[in-house]
Amino acid sequence: MSTETLSKSAAAIERARAAGRTALVGYLPAGFPDVQTTIDAAVAMAENGVDLIEIGIPYSDPVMDGTVIQQATVEALRNGFSVRQIFDVVEGITRRTDAAVLVMTYWNPVMRMGVREFADRLAAAGGAGLITPDLIPDEAAEWMAVSDEFGLDRVFLVAPSSSPERMQSTVDATRGFVYAVSIMGITGARSSVSSAAQEVVAAAHRAGAERACVGLGVSTAEHVQEIGAYADGVIVGTALVAALRDGGVPAVAALAKDLSTGTSKGLA
Amino acid sequence: MTDTEQPQPATDGPAEAFLAGGSLRHAQGPYFGAYGGRWMPESLIAALDELEETFDKAKSDPDFLAQVTELNRSYSGRPSLLTEARRFAEHAGGVRVFLKREDLNHTGSHKINNVLGQALLAKRMGKTRVIAETGAGQHGVASATAAALLGLECVVYMGAEDCRRQALNVARMQLLGAEVIPVTNGSQTLKDAINDALRDWVANVHTTHYLLGTAAGAHPFPAMVRYFHEVIGEEAREQILSATGRLPDAVCACIGGGSNAIGIFHGFLDDREVALYGFEAGGDGVDTGRHAATITLGRPGVLHGARSYLMQDDDGQTTESHSISAGLDYPGVGPEHAFLADIGRASYEPITDAEAMDAFRLLCRTEGIIPAIESAHALAGALKVGQRLAAEPGNAGEKVIVVNLSGRGDKDVATAAEWFDLLPEDSAEAEIGAEGEQL
Repeated sequence: MSTETLSKSAAAIERARAAGRTALVGYLPAGFPDVQTTIDAAVAMAENGVDLIEIGIPYSDPVMDGTVIQQATVEALRNGFSVRQIFDVVEGITRRTDAAVLVMTYWNPVMRMGVREFADRLAAAGGAGLITPDLIPDEAAEWMAVSDEFGLDRVFLVAPSSSPERMQSTVDATRGFVYAVSIMGITGARSSVSSAAQEVVAAAHRAGAERACVGLGVSTAEHVQEIGAYADGVIVGTALVAALRDGGVPAVAALAKDLSTGTSKGLA
Repeated sequence: MTDTEQPQPATDGPAEAFLAGGSLRHAQGPYFGAYGGRWMPESLIAALDELEETFDKAKSDPDFLAQVTELNRSYSGRPSLLTEARRFAEHAGGVRVFLKREDLNHTGSHKINNVLGQALLAKRMGKTRVIAETGAGQHGVASATAAALLGLECVVYMGAEDCRRQALNVARMQLLGAEVIPVTNGSQTLKDAINDALRDWVANVHTTHYLLGTAAGAHPFPAMVRYFHEVIGEEAREQILSATGRLPDAVCACIGGGSNAIGIFHGFLDDREVALYGFEAGGDGVDTGRHAATITLGRPGVLHGARSYLMQDDDGQTTESHSISAGLDYPGVGPEHAFLADIGRASYEPITDAEAMDAFRLLCRTEGIIPAIESAHALAGALKVGQRLAAEPGNAGEKVIVVNLSGRGDKDVATAAEWFDLLPEDSAEAEIGAEGEQL
């Protein structure tokens, strides 16, 4: 992995590790149902044991997302969310918490704004970096240079299908942590987490990744605890989005608190 | 590319070769100048690698090539005819117009060329299931056909609204043994059908091949889909030389994703004296916002795995396209077309719904051929190109245009009957038509 002195994500994961915990990453889409609620819900996550906040940019063609997140992002767009508001969301969260705040985005909105302008504004808002589900390192030359310039994390995904060569090149290109996709599929809560996740994390660690976090299908404290036995962090998305949809900010706070009970490494 | 927009010449790969006088044919990807590539989730990269490797090996395997040739001959009915359209040509400034008759292929369009090739590759990879997206249903029907022929399971994703309007095509696919899944996500259009097909593919990639229907998407799809359609241009070039003793002045094709166009263009790419024209769906007009003129008005971006021209707003959100022709109603375009536009090798112009429908009726009445509304865009373009050629020095009657008649219009009869107000007001058909249904 690249130099980590600047990485806010790495620092957040290492703080959790030092406290004997698995880092907990919580996802919400920006603007669902509105920008202020996103900020309030993210702050509530941070106050209830979430170490890293992942804020998604609603996008017209989210090919890696399942129904719950699709419906949330469609509503955000219908409610008038515009991409430049992502910086208000990030700033609103970083002003009120110490959690690292990453933006999850499909690549076209970044390309449309201009990669450099996007990075400049994200850094100014206090953001940690980007998670890019449809940008592989092979196509990321501009983002590699710009993220270096602004000290932003670049979180690429690795999957059960990644070859050893691709695992190596992706780990090498990553800064912050590697996003280990637990299953061949899309986002969505599942009753159990695939055993493939453990193999993906092991392969990432063998390739030199110091931090690998597991996402896709994680929805309960039991999942968090199970994954914490081998991974450095766990990523929860759909379950939190469903909680926000059904019960608002208090439900997000309650679920985050419950999920965080699974983070203690001592219990694993 | 409109007259007011400066082309942005690409400076790498085939562009340099072209500018230096080299060949544009057989471009392998992943990049076509600044376009193409693999803007895809990591989960699918291994499958794309496997497909690329299988395709590369197949291309140099005499058994595979023989299989493709034999299916083209004995199943699709190739070579397709080249028909001179003498009465139609009178409206094109008096130049000679020839139609490349892809409408005469089995299933009624060029689509069969690609689906047979890809279904054979799916078998070589040991896949037992193919999935496909479809707008009006043409590619879905072709995919279901190839799957039935080769004994593959077939699932077709189709926008819920399109399923309702194209109930007969849904029935056709079901008759052929395919499962049709209505897509209710997003805008419920073709692009959302592609999104759902990609979601299926990620989850089932071990058993499943994604049989993409156009020369777009992530590498190797643009180069591979073109490869299976190159037969159109190869045949057309030979046939026009045989019929006229010379190369045409212009080749015209319609462009949605651009598979029929790249197939016929490819035969003439290195014949620099042959002008290549792609006609995009201008819908209600390019100044109305209701169109699918991606190269004319779009901006570079990434969608469905490739960098290309794209209809998008200032936030990079894909905007909805509009066309009377469902087959052209797509907000993206194949990356090789974006490249050919930038270097000026091919010209792309919009044709409105009204212009296309006028050409549709003209071909019916002058040649006894009902074209697909997609192909009618190429015909309308050919009328304009013919009139321009006729205005230039030289004898108009010695000038030659080849039009790719990419599909037949049986599927479009209901749309056309409604457009031309041919249905009696009290008929059951008129009632159905008024609700936007297909007959």
